[in-house]
Amino acid sequence: MKGETMVPSALDQLLTRRQLLQVSRMGLGAAALGALLPQNAKAQTKPARAKHVIFLFMAGAPSQVDLFDYKPDLDKQFKQPLPESISKGQRVTAMTRGKEQLVVPTMFKFNQAGENGLWVSELLPHLAKQADRLCMIKSFNTNAINHDPAKTFMCTGSELPGKASMGAWLSYGLGAINRDLPDFIVLNSAFWTGGTRNVQGLYSRLWGSGFLPSKHQGVKFQTNGDPVLFLSNPQGVDTTVRRRMLDITGDLNRKHLEEIGDAEIATTIAQQEMAFRMQSSVPELTNLSGETQEAMDLYGPEVHKNGSFARNCLLARRMVERGVRFIQLFHRGWDHHSILPKQLRGQAYDVDQASAGLIQDLAARGLLEDTLIVFAGEFGRTVYGQGKLARDDYGRDHHPRCFSGWLAGGGIQGGMSYGVTDDFSYNVVDQPVAVRDLHATLLHQLGVDHDQLIFPFQGLDQKLTGVEPARVIHEILS
Amino acid sequence: MIWAQDGNSAEREIRFNRDIRPILADRCFHCHGPDEADRQADLRLDQLDEQGHTAGILGGGNAETSELVQRIISTDPDVVMPPPDSHKKPLTPEEVDRFRAWIDQGAAYESFWAFNPIEKLALPSLDSEGEDWMLNPIDRFVWRQQERESVKPSPSADRRTLIRRLALDLTGLPPSPEEIDRFLSDGSSNSYEAIVDHYLGSSRYGEHMARYWLDLVRFADTNGIHHDHYRDLTPYRTWVIKSFNANLPYDQFVRDQVAGDLLDDPSNEQLTASGFNRLHMIIDRGTMLPEESLARNVIDRVTAVGTAFMGLTVGCAVCHDHKYDPITSKEFYQLYAFFNNLDATPETGGRSGTDFQRGLQPPYIELPSVEQRTQREDLEKQIASANVELQSLKKWFAANPQETPTKQKTQEAADTASDEPVEKGGTDSRQAIVAEREINAARQKELEAEIKSLTDRRNKLLREIPAAMVMKERSEKRPSHVMIRGAYDQLGEEVQRGTPAFLPPLQAAIPGEATRLDLARWLVSPEHPLTARVTVNRYWQQLFGVGLVKTSEDLGAQGEWPSHPDLLDFLAYEFIDSGWDVKRLMKLMVMSQTYRQRSEANPEQYAKDPENRLLARGSRYRLDAEVIRDQMLAVSGLLKESIGGKSVKPPQPDGLWQSVALPSSFPNRFVADEGDEIRRRSVYTFWKRGLPPPQMTILNAPAREECVARRERTNTPLQALLLMNEQQSLDAAKMLAVELCSRDSQDLIADLYERVTGRLPDESESRMLRLALTDFEAYYESNPELAAELMRSVEAKGIEAERLAAWTMLVNAVFNLDIAKTRS
Repeated sequence: MKGETMVPSALDQLLTRRQLLQVSRMGLGAAALGALLPQNAKAQTKPARAKHVIFLFMAGAPSQVDLFDYKPDLDKQFKQPLPESISKGQRVTAMTRGKEQLVVPTMFKFNQAGENGLWVSELLPHLAKQADRLCMIKSFNTNAINHDPAKTFMCTGSELPGKASMGAWLSYGLGAINRDLPDFIVLNSAFWTGGTRNVQGLYSRLWGSGFLPSKHQGVKFQTNGDPVLFLSNPQGVDTTVRRRMLDITGDLNRKHLEEIGDAEIATTIAQQEMAFRMQSSVPELTNLSGETQEAMDLYGPEVHKNGSFARNCLLARRMVERGVRFIQLFHRGWDHHSILPKQLRGQAYDVDQASAGLIQDLAARGLLEDTLIVFAGEFGRTVYGQGKLARDDYGRDHHPRCFSGWLAGGGIQGGMSYGVTDDFSYNVVDQPVAVRDLHATLLHQLGVDHDQLIFPFQGLDQKLTGVEPARVIHEILS
Repeated sequence: MIWAQDGNSAEREIRFNRDIRPILADRCFHCHGPDEADRQADLRLDQLDEQGHTAGILGGGNAETSELVQRIISTDPDVVMPPPDSHKKPLTPEEVDRFRAWIDQGAAYESFWAFNPIEKLALPSLDSEGEDWMLNPIDRFVWRQQERESVKPSPSADRRTLIRRLALDLTGLPPSPEEIDRFLSDGSSNSYEAIVDHYLGSSRYGEHMARYWLDLVRFADTNGIHHDHYRDLTPYRTWVIKSFNANLPYDQFVRDQVAGDLLDDPSNEQLTASGFNRLHMIIDRGTMLPEESLARNVIDRVTAVGTAFMGLTVGCAVCHDHKYDPITSKEFYQLYAFFNNLDATPETGGRSGTDFQRGLQPPYIELPSVEQRTQREDLEKQIASANVELQSLKKWFAANPQETPTKQKTQEAADTASDEPVEKGGTDSRQAIVAEREINAARQKELEAEIKSLTDRRNKLLREIPAAMVMKERSEKRPSHVMIRGAYDQLGEEVQRGTPAFLPPLQAAIPGEATRLDLARWLVSPEHPLTARVTVNRYWQQLFGVGLVKTSEDLGAQGEWPSHPDLLDFLAYEFIDSGWDVKRLMKLMVMSQTYRQRSEANPEQYAKDPENRLLARGSRYRLDAEVIRDQMLAVSGLLKESIGGKSVKPPQPDGLWQSVALPSSFPNRFVADEGDEIRRRSVYTFWKRGLPPPQMTILNAPAREECVARRERTNTPLQALLLMNEQQSLDAAKMLAVELCSRDSQDLIADLYERVTGRLPDESESRMLRLALTDFEAYYESNPELAAELMRSVEAKGIEAERLAAWTMLVNAVFNLDIAKTRS
């Protein structure tokens, strides 16, 4: 292809002018710059266990009490006040402030699954069958108690807007694997089966690049229309016309590059050619006609609906196959302040078979070992109830002190449970995993030391893990 | 960068601020800086301490005996500084040399440059070559710096480049072909100055200047957190635009924003300006605790004042003493105390009511037009009089209760066994009352319907009446405390209003009773070392692509050392001295020879100084998103110009808002405007913080969640796709194609090229474009259905669709040229 020769060097791709200057201001000389040259070497300081991450973000915060954190003794505590010794000093939301905190046990059965007998709620039968591949974390904890700051915290390491998101950090630190697709892609479910009454918004900052160069921001694929904004040629412009248009534009740009001398023009030419390649690589990615019935079936019946979580899981696998580094799925509808049992059933239906299918499909293709899957929300839910306090109808408020999720693939041990909470699933009593610890572990699996992946901004060496010390959870690594 | 080109450290004079402080700030201040709480070994390096600890490690003018040098060169992990577990980079050999040289030269400390008073500087005298080159004092400073670095300036740009540069820089729109012609044929000696004055006098100037300001103060049309509801602050935007056009002195511009509400008998404009304090993101009621929301709002206000006016990252001191600048946590909360007294709820309102639909939250002022005012008064009068009548009817009903037969009465009636009426009045009057009741009931119904209809009309009118959210003090001052580690519920000592001790003292009009107005006056007092420096630096950045201090949001210790410190101070002094005259400052900069240089250079020069920090050529950088869009609208004749008003929604791809919004967000679905509205300048585009218009953000426009003093400029494939395929840019290409094909011209290709780029094509460019046009024409002629599809919505009598389609693609190609999206 004509434009191929104009693709900027690896250095151009890695370092914008701004970074170059920042680096030189930091006192690094040309030799140090040279060390930054090879792709994937800038931040990768140790062997990587994984190449890709699929982050299944359960926006709204699923109830760990009803899905993962099995507390059989709570059954006897129905409508008993939460002991002061457990709740002490806890921040609450405006919704439950000043109200009595009465325990409501889960109405769902838990079963043991896999060789090591992990406890999993009856709402997740397909996932239970993958128990030997799952590392359940019971001891996630966060600082934030409201959705927006908590989601921002999980996605960017800070409650306040303006920081770079996980995927942006990886794109910045590790660079691209596939030159024809973005490094970081975001897929939002267009619908969900559970709660539609109390659904939270999403913000582009959750996949933004913050202070990092914006080419590292997540590219959100659209459910309807072009998967990538402005991808398709307008009606009346076919590939031949577009090619001819890019040829004349490129010819003139090359002439101007010669006359003006600004290398930025070369970048423009290269990016226009990349745009042209994306016009075929993206439709190829989202075209599912080559998928076998067998593969589709793994994800469950919803996979046939455009915009479903299941469909997005399948797309995530196709992205991994094509070398996309970081894929983040957002599935909303977990904020169950009332009628939790009914809504949770619907949400579990959405994600159970789809995420189990994703694990199986990746494993069958030999991709699971290279792909780290994370399943988590922004916080947990309280053991005490909200709304109607019936055995089979209740709600739960936000709970930052502990929540559950799971990891799979990418050098993580399967069939294990990590982290211990108290009898009320209220406080972490052992093996805590703070959000920054999850971030550190995730970076570690990709060969990146979280203390070395830094970017100077506003007078600080910014890090995904922030200023508090973060810990790689070595105990869960295989 | 300046340092790196300077050769051997030992041979040159080391200046603490330029050469040493940045290294200390980066590697050492975290543990040995202004923050007392984190200070290790009782040693501070940001200044000499009273106990002599700092002097003690400097070795008394001899690097060989300095403990500091021993520590930074040590290979022992227990001794070396910075310690390995700090994750700070070790010092490079060059940096170590710099410390040795500094100590050998006497280890002189300097107070931090940006906090020193701004003084009038003597202008550098130049050699005769420099004198010949220079046009105004700016050039003297630039020449002298270039001399030091052994580079020479570039010649002047050609006049076509100059007029496009001026038009884009001062108005955000390209020059019209007529303006170009006039400028090219104007042979008078002041033709350049005349065109500068022309653009400075254009009302487009205010719109363009406002755009940068709106980034800085995070202006948007939604509340930005949780529901991300509509929030209407557009009167503030109109005020900003008009203020720039009227050249409101910058000190008043700042004063009115910080405290316009506290002026004696403030005008509507001054009250509107105080809406600056309402621009922050604000959560809507229902999830966060109000006291936490309150704290977040106030912190955001203070942080904005720090960034926008002082170029300081004061927000760092929310949780602890600042690590790099001399701002204590207590001092942060003393600033906090000025902004802690808004007479409003800390969260936006519920989901119904007229205020909510208008995007308003009290306090606000109404700004109706005369017509709207009359209409409203009229409606209110009608509602009132209908209400008076309704009340009197109600009174009547109360006095004449409906006769409802009760058990007792029925019994009585039976007892009397008579048909005699039970009421006191006679039959006639009873019948009269029944009749009246019927009439009154009907009238009541009528009145109620009338009141409802009038109220609906009034509310509809209200929704159209502009209203500006303003700042207003509570009558009783809310106490302020230090918040320990920034936690709203961990209160430390109570604090009084005050300003950081390292800055000039605040003069309160009533001693001991400092007000926000005092703070505003303090910010723009000529003694304040930061306000003028920060401001001129930002305007410099606007014209030259990069500020004299590159980190235009931070002039503190972690900010960059200025490339031309004396020039910055010269401009700051001039700015204050001129009475904070912004247009004069802009003019001074664009009149310089430095500004007028050509941007063509050889690739080595670009590689050596990619950001043009030495100013040895004209700056060349990609235009902002808004300018790119506005330019396409302008050159195609689509642009619809009018000043101010509510935000508008040009079309964007379907489903974007739905993919992020809450179902109960207001509004939760994007509905594009129609007609002229969608062709207004981008400064008026509706900005939803949760998902700002992609045509803007893809080209690096910020989400407006926080203050942004400088945008980043990237070059990505998504931008290429946007410029190739976006609907409005394609519409613009079609419009321009129609116009070109309808005109009688010798050289349509030259017309097109000039319209979009301001330049005429040379022979080879013409040839290439003509060839492409021929190819497009041939292709569309053999695929007429394709041409028909492309031109479906376009009406152009007598011009074949194939020809139009070919021209549309040629325009599309020219729109996508690097020189079209670049200011050079």
